[in-house]
Amino acid sequence: MTGDPGKMTCAEFQAQLPELVGSGEDAAAHPHLMDCDRCRALLADLETIAEAARQLFPSVEPPDEVWAHIESAIKREGK
Amino acid sequence: MPNSSSSAQAPRPIPPKGVNEPLHAGAEDQSSSAARPDSADGDVLARAQAGDHHAFAQLYALHKRRIYSLCLRMVGNVAEAEDLTQEAFLQLHRKIATFRGDSAFSTWLHRLAINVVLMQLRKKGLSLISLDEAMEPAPEEGPSRSFGAPDLTLTGAIDRLALERAVADLPAGYRLIFILHDVEGFEHNEIASMLDCSIGNSKSQLHKARLKLRDALRAQKRPEERP
Repeated sequence: MTGDPGKMTCAEFQAQLPELVGSGEDAAAHPHLMDCDRCRALLADLETIAEAARQLFPSVEPPDEVWAHIESAIKREGK
Repeated sequence: MPNSSSSAQAPRPIPPKGVNEPLHAGAEDQSSSAARPDSADGDVLARAQAGDHHAFAQLYALHKRRIYSLCLRMVGNVAEAEDLTQEAFLQLHRKIATFRGDSAFSTWLHRLAINVVLMQLRKKGLSLISLDEAMEPAPEEGPSRSFGAPDLTLTGAIDRLALERAVADLPAGYRLIFILHDVEGFEHNEIASMLDCSIGNSKSQLHKARLKLRDALRAQKRPEERP
């Protein structure tokens, strides 16, 4: 691996990406991205997915039978 | 139905960061902060802790939506989510007297439910999560796999249903990490604690989950973009 972040290969940059993103650093400011459209697009996509995730799976009600089962089980356990 | 005699670990008071905190609880608590579970819980909780069944039923009504939704997200299966919701509230019934208020009740219950789901996943053989493998990328999953034509990016709005389908199709381990971090809002250190893995593994697994989702979404997008 090259010591200069700006001269990283894409493979080297992407190998570091989980830590870079997971640590909360501003990955978009990484020198490798100044000259690399592909990695810039990759990072943008991953950020888009993470952002979209917050809107996923709106909450839903469980069916009434769930409470009926819970009540029955509580009664059984209480005996 | 999960084994209801199983002893889920008592939830630790690590609050979820909660990007989805507004999802709090049931139909009763959607409209205003005054109706949110924690603000309504105080008296009801005390009575439920004292063994008042009616109060416990009220707690269920306040929290059922949030807990069921959590279970459904984590396992992606309605029948299993119902069983796990049932088990979570049975665990709550057994442990409610031990709640001391070190954290918000909803946070405590949320954590309890996650532990119930994790126990069930472990019983089903999900080794949480073959995480070590995440540190040894297979050749076909290495970084070069992500090299794609820049014109196939996902910039702009992602179709929510398409992403939900892609998440549902993820392998269970990837889905679990993705749901816990990106949907439920837990931090990597919290996930590592819950799943008994390293923080690095949690980050790596999440990254792989997102890459898989990107691949799935790009595959859906590709036919639309090509003449």
